[in-house]
Amino acid sequence: MASENIITINGTEYPFEPNETILEVAERNNIYIPTLCHIKGYTPTGACRMCVVEVKGARTLLPACATPAARNMVVETESERVVKSRKINIELLLSSGHHNCLTCEANGNCRLQDLAYRYQVETVRFPETPSKYPAETNNAMIIRDFSRCIMCGRCVQACNEVQVNRAISYGYRGAASKIVAIGDLPLNESDCVFCGECVQACPVGALIEKPRRFQARNWEESVVKTTCPYCGVGCQLDLHIKDNKIVRVTGTEEIPPNYGSLCVKGRFGYDFVNDSERLRVPLIKKDGEFREASWNDALSLVAKRLEDTKSKNGPDSISVFSSAKITNEENYLAQKFTRAVIGTNNVDHCARLCHASTVAGLALAFGSGAMTNPIADINKSEVILVTGSNTTEAHPVISSYIKRAVESGRVKLIVIDPRRIELTRFSTMWLRQTLGTDVAWANGMMHVIIKEGLYDKEYVESRTEGFDELKKMVEKYNPEYVSNITGIPAEEIIKAARLYGNAKPASIFFAMGITQHSTGTDNVKSMANLAMLCGNVGVPGGGVNPLRGQNNVQGACDLGALPNVYSGYQQVASPDAREKMEKAWGVKNLPDKPGLTVTETVEMAGKGKVKALYIIGENPLVSDPDLNHAEECLKKLEFLVVQDIFMSPTAKLADVVLPSASFAEKDGTFTNTERRSQRVRKAVDTPGEARQDWEIICDLSSRMGYPMAYNSPEAIAEEMNSVTPSYGGISYRRLEKKGLHWPCPTEDHPGTPILHVGQFTKGKGSFYALEYIPPAELPDKDYPLYLTTGRVLYHFHTGTMTMQSEGLNEMVPECFVEISPEDALDYNVKQGGMLRVKSRRGEIEARANISDKSIKGSIFIPFHFAEAAANKLTNAALDPIAKIPEFKVCAISIENI
Amino acid sequence: MPDINSGPKKEITPEMWGEVDQIIDKYKNKPGSLIPVLEECQYVCGYLPMVLQERISKGLNIPGSTVYGVVTFYSFFTMVPKGRHTIKICLGTACYVRGGKANLEVIQNQLDIDVGETTNDLRFSLDSVRCLGACGLAPVMVIDEDVHGLMTKEKTLDVLEKYK
Repeated sequence: MASENIITINGTEYPFEPNETILEVAERNNIYIPTLCHIKGYTPTGACRMCVVEVKGARTLLPACATPAARNMVVETESERVVKSRKINIELLLSSGHHNCLTCEANGNCRLQDLAYRYQVETVRFPETPSKYPAETNNAMIIRDFSRCIMCGRCVQACNEVQVNRAISYGYRGAASKIVAIGDLPLNESDCVFCGECVQACPVGALIEKPRRFQARNWEESVVKTTCPYCGVGCQLDLHIKDNKIVRVTGTEEIPPNYGSLCVKGRFGYDFVNDSERLRVPLIKKDGEFREASWNDALSLVAKRLEDTKSKNGPDSISVFSSAKITNEENYLAQKFTRAVIGTNNVDHCARLCHASTVAGLALAFGSGAMTNPIADINKSEVILVTGSNTTEAHPVISSYIKRAVESGRVKLIVIDPRRIELTRFSTMWLRQTLGTDVAWANGMMHVIIKEGLYDKEYVESRTEGFDELKKMVEKYNPEYVSNITGIPAEEIIKAARLYGNAKPASIFFAMGITQHSTGTDNVKSMANLAMLCGNVGVPGGGVNPLRGQNNVQGACDLGALPNVYSGYQQVASPDAREKMEKAWGVKNLPDKPGLTVTETVEMAGKGKVKALYIIGENPLVSDPDLNHAEECLKKLEFLVVQDIFMSPTAKLADVVLPSASFAEKDGTFTNTERRSQRVRKAVDTPGEARQDWEIICDLSSRMGYPMAYNSPEAIAEEMNSVTPSYGGISYRRLEKKGLHWPCPTEDHPGTPILHVGQFTKGKGSFYALEYIPPAELPDKDYPLYLTTGRVLYHFHTGTMTMQSEGLNEMVPECFVEISPEDALDYNVKQGGMLRVKSRRGEIEARANISDKSIKGSIFIPFHFAEAAANKLTNAALDPIAKIPEFKVCAISIENI
Repeated sequence: MPDINSGPKKEITPEMWGEVDQIIDKYKNKPGSLIPVLEECQYVCGYLPMVLQERISKGLNIPGSTVYGVVTFYSFFTMVPKGRHTIKICLGTACYVRGGKANLEVIQNQLDIDVGETTNDLRFSLDSVRCLGACGLAPVMVIDEDVHGLMTKEKTLDVLEKYK
């Protein structure tokens, strides 16, 4: 039958698939049909009429984008009639509004211009009708110039169908038509989240990145493809460079994971690279003041002080904080330096503060502590359970996958979160649990699933162990019991359990809301329990998917910037692994005792056990819990070296500050949240004398008697891959076009998008029977409210990067205290009024933001802001296994100032 | 582009809000319900100001931009409250040639409002229409349900005086 599906285009016959449009068949066969409004892969709107073609027997010309190919159809794509129609169309578009290529940013990259050229439209016979609407220039990120708008609607589709932010639509009618936000408000007062998908979609110059205005013509830019330096999604982006400066950023089209989409940080948050405050020369502190120094002096001093400390107090008196922001290669070197040169396992990084419990919990349950499924699997799920992840703000591009899946009608979404996050607007069910009761609701859902026989008996039988203990444990977690603990109505627990239990496959996404608890590892194991119970691990569209928060936090873990493992999670305690590394590194007696974690290092510094600390690209004085205490501890260090791109609050405490390179200035690889290793490419030079992190580590190592001589990151990668089984086949050559999922042991291995297919990494998956344990601190008479902390869309981590961008600062200029309308009434809080927030550990002041995102009794404060650091309030109670602090729950009080 | 924050305001009473919420509840989760909801809410409140559009947007979980787009597309929907009396001036062919346009201008000057607007005291709203089927009486003006034919500039102003 398929052989009869033949269409004739311009005299040649082509086979087509059912449901293919004329345009799709033509594009597949390299036949050019011009389009203005069409977005590949999304619903055709047929708005622009540029793609019209002549179909034999049809009364009118038909839009190729919206006309399905049919048997025996005879199509002409450039007949006289077609060309005439396109010419008139172009003339009409050119006469509507004001199209002046001379000062337009789109010049040279404008579809309208290209079409006018192709169809030789030299004069326009219609009078110009200027736009009714003035250009909108009141925000620092996007300019909307309505006089250049051709009403193609690509921006509306990009906003509503691609990113599903639903901020803009068509407004008014006829000649008055305009693309509008809610109430026709300016974008910065509307629902717009400035992802800039519309800017990238605009085929003309109607939507322009404001910082780029009058700065660069398209042909003056060179484009470097690299990986985004913000969250763990690992968006591929194109840096547009002119005169050694980034002038704009666009998403790389047509390759995973983001297919051209970005969020506001990725697209507009690059100013930090060019910022004048960047560290340019090494600094040595003398008499409490930093003085500029040569690299030679600075590194000699660091080498000497580290050697002195080592000889006096032993190698374990030194710790190294590696970084989730630097490359895989650099992380590999940082841990190699720590272990082979200093001779301690005291190396860790900020994953301790975010996903240590994931790594620990999933390793125990499955044998591997990473996202089990690729991002693209979101489209294959029937039900998605999102818990403890404010996905739209912390992982915006992944949230778009989820929102698209929900909007398509194929996927149902369950959100279990204490805040009314944006995703609740898309969810079939939103369960609102009391902070820190995650083990309880998971047990409750499993209780129902087991009781109603919804679990996958065959899977449980053949692939897992420990089911009987689990069954016994969840026995008492009946919906009423769970409801009492979690505050979730019993019937909703039952409903959610049925929704998840009946779906095949269903996936779980989680982030810090699950991990940052004193029971973080238990929480993670609970997610694993739930997924295994329903046979959802190792299947497409299923899985347990922790969303990693930093661009390279996965890579930093993978490459051994952890105190207990070498790269590829090879245990330092294992004699075989030690022997292998000793041989590879040409050293003897690598330490066998797991080292100190980030949180333990801070504690040990306070006790005088850790004397020297080398921090690479981390800012613990904003990111650590109970900051007042952390600062006291770090001040007790005898020697602190900070290697960073900015003078962060932590760097200010240092004895030596070493200026390093940002993501845009280096080559290497980052591994994203879905275990996909991707290339990072140098686009601009480092400022001043700043050097690449790997060069600094190599130089320092050489000065300490262990020469490290690599001529490029690629050379490091070769060594790194040779000792890291899961990265064995991830060569730069293979990463040229797109990334690869580890495990990828050999050069001819295709990579492993889905883990645990057929068998768990550790053999059988382990259920853990877990009892609910309350958070370490609960509200009481003195501190009557819950506090939870987290991110906002417009800032990242400790703000050292995002707070250099005007656009981002405009949207969220300062810290705020998000409080529910009910609490605001009870405490007489006014919108924008200053509040003093106190916990047992400290206090901060910030403005109130009354929002129905918060629920009565719970306050939310973002942790990005050093001047009102939420972490002065948070509780440093640690998870006993993962040593992750309980950032997500503590007790506070508020008062008006 | 109308300035949505200027022009006369008409309060939406708690009773009206109650009815609005009932309408939203009735249509919630039904696809294609935006236009009937807007229609019924406009019937209850008299117009569709932004506060009402936002309530509908949240209630139906339809983006605010879409709601606004629909409201501004259909001439039936208005973001300006209706006055106590609605004046409709016919500008169909017969009325036009017999002075309908001049009558309209007189009213516009007298009341200081444009077509589609409402006086600040909420006394009159002004609309123009195309043929009311009373061409024999051209030019025609309709206020509320009353048809006034054979209007002149002077008569027009006199008629307005009867509506307080």
